Amino acid sequence: MSKYTKPAVDLVRFVLPLMALAGAAMGFLVGTANAVSLLGTVLGAVCGVALAWVLASLVPSKRAGILAATVLFAIGGLVIAGTAGIVGGVIVGFVLSWLSYWLSTGSYRAGTPIYATSGQVLWHNTFKFICGAIFFFLIAPILTIIPLSFNAENFFTFTPAMLSFDPEGYSLKHYRDFFTNPDWQQALKNSVQIAPAATLISVSLGTLAAIGLSQPHVPFRRAIMAILISPMIVPLIISAAGMYFFYSRIGLQGTYVGVVLAHAALGIPFVIITVTATLVGFDKSLTRAAANMGADPVTTFFRVQMPLILPGVISGGLFAFITSFDEVVVVLFVGSAGQKTLPWQMFTGLREQISPTILAVATILVVISIMLLTVVELLRRRSERLRGLSPG
Amino acid sequence: MKSKLATLMCGAALAMTGVHAQAADMADSMTIVSWGGAYQKSQINAYAEPYKAMHPEVKVIWDESSNEAVAKLRAMNEAGNITWDLVDVVAADAIRLCDEGLAMEYDPDELLAPGDDGTPASKDFGDLIVSDCFIPQIVYSTTFGYRTDMVGDTPPTDICHVFDLEKYPGKRALEKRPINNMEWALLCDGVAKEDVYDVLETEEGQAKALAKLDTIKNQVIWWSAGADTPQLLADGEVVMGSTYNGRLFSLIEEQKQPVAMLWDAQVFDLDGWIIPAGLPADRLARVKDFLKFATDTQRLADQAKYISYGPARKSSAPLVGKHADLGIEMAPHMPTDPANAKNTFLYNYTWWADYRDDLDAKFQAWLAQ
Repeated sequence: MSKYTKPAVDLVRFVLPLMALAGAAMGFLVGTANAVSLLGTVLGAVCGVALAWVLASLVPSKRAGILAATVLFAIGGLVIAGTAGIVGGVIVGFVLSWLSYWLSTGSYRAGTPIYATSGQVLWHNTFKFICGAIFFFLIAPILTIIPLSFNAENFFTFTPAMLSFDPEGYSLKHYRDFFTNPDWQQALKNSVQIAPAATLISVSLGTLAAIGLSQPHVPFRRAIMAILISPMIVPLIISAAGMYFFYSRIGLQGTYVGVVLAHAALGIPFVIITVTATLVGFDKSLTRAAANMGADPVTTFFRVQMPLILPGVISGGLFAFITSFDEVVVVLFVGSAGQKTLPWQMFTGLREQISPTILAVATILVVISIMLLTVVELLRRRSERLRGLSPG
Repeated sequence: MKSKLATLMCGAALAMTGVHAQAADMADSMTIVSWGGAYQKSQINAYAEPYKAMHPEVKVIWDESSNEAVAKLRAMNEAGNITWDLVDVVAADAIRLCDEGLAMEYDPDELLAPGDDGTPASKDFGDLIVSDCFIPQIVYSTTFGYRTDMVGDTPPTDICHVFDLEKYPGKRALEKRPINNMEWALLCDGVAKEDVYDVLETEEGQAKALAKLDTIKNQVIWWSAGADTPQLLADGEVVMGSTYNGRLFSLIEEQKQPVAMLWDAQVFDLDGWIIPAGLPADRLARVKDFLKFATDTQRLADQAKYISYGPARKSSAPLVGKHADLGIEMAPHMPTDPANAKNTFLYNYTWWADYRDDLDAKFQAWLAQ
């Protein structure tokens, strides 16, 4: 920060017009929600300009300024729209005041070199904005379902009671439904039985295949690899229809074994790809050294090779698990109602009866996924740290 | 003495093998296909639970696949692997499945129990047996519900208010298929009720119906699952919308939403069972045993305790009582109640069987315009 001196920013010709624009955009959103778009836009622009002028010329402390503006707008929201307005007020106040400091203190140039032209600075910030927007559009739908799953009504609706933070508007009844309804419990049980079994098969077969295919002397390596990876490339509905007719003829359709095998076939490509990638960095002379010391190939595999490629095996296994746990198309074909998995139950539930229990289940699954990925990331860091300590 | 005892034991052993043989003739599990939601729950409560209480060894598996029953049964037939034992379908689908030989033909008086007053089943169900494979269960109707807080002081009373954007501005929910919508459009375009299908047979008639729908097209949200309209009404996203009357009953009475029924020009339809053709003997025996129980007078009347669909048997009507949880009388909520059935429209299955493919294509093309 202290390395370069910030260029002086023209308050009247640069900051205020931009703040008027930002304020107008915010005002338009708030105004449209209250059916007075034009009034909202004008008021928003005025607010934006006034805020920027006050903050830039009278409040030098950024933290105090943002805090004060946020509280001020929250109170404004409370006056205009009641309790529900507080959230909107906090967001608008925080964004506008932060933006005003960002512009007036010249921090908007922070990421670019001192010699960058205004065009380059504009592009740099537009790019950051686009990245942020992409992130927002990816995350927003997931975040929306979490509060909705605590709805006290049986519909996918933010009720007025929920928006005003009335405890009456919230309830855990959809979670209770998930844990007591035999349909959901059966589906959970099936998923928990099928996914680990399919993962185990995919990991064992996929790892073996990857090791075999990494040997230079195997004939038709590329062709075999392409065939093994094809379930990932062929549209799922085609694999599913093919499996349906094939499994029906050999009596596997509508059985647990059938669903497990089908899911294992879908999971194998993930394991092969991740393990093959790890094997690239594996030093072949280690296996020769182990053989030299009298270890048979099986011992070599478990004592030398496996520990080194374990991160690849684990992440492949994780992908295989998630593939099976999330899969709905193949199970609809290969399974019968007795093997109804969680995604199947969610699929039919969404179509026949829009019940927020689906949102409760989705929230639980999101939390489990986050925990799983965190654990794997921690394990990976730990193994990296340990390897960093060992010589070689 | 000794020989007598031996004879007795022999007899007992024989009798036991007899009993055992009879039980072994019936499969121990049964996959029933239905629609999910409140409707399936009513079937579980009224038929499946009491049946399981009588036969604890039987495992019932439910599959919510009635929507795609025709396609799935075709695939199963092709794969030579029928995994369903009993399928709940609407009458039109039953007719199609029967024509294709995918559903089993049956003799009503042999398969189904007589009414509690002794009327043979064929008389008790009467005209509702619209196909040789179709075992009627309920009469339901497709009708409109509207938000009571969004229609001002004069709630809609006439089907044509759906097409009246000036009096009732706002979005409407209509089903994404021509059936019912075309008929309603013609009724509101001045065609007499008895002429609707004659007019709809002609190119001009079809164009007329679509032109009428055109007047509200940009205010329509099209639905495809029965649960959509209740969700849209609860959200206040639509002012009025069509769906099955049982869904609206649940929305109004069980979920306490500010919605009311517009019964005018409700369209009656039938829903019932079919048995897939080609079941193995033991599974067929189990299904027949279950069906005889599940379609008797008392069971059909019991179902009306959980959902506002009219029982298909004449003898069940007097037995319809109160809602199981809410304790309200169910009769006034039935589509067949005289107050609700002042103006009803009779859906013509056979006409639609002939024209459905053609009109579906035209309707989808019109939607895409």
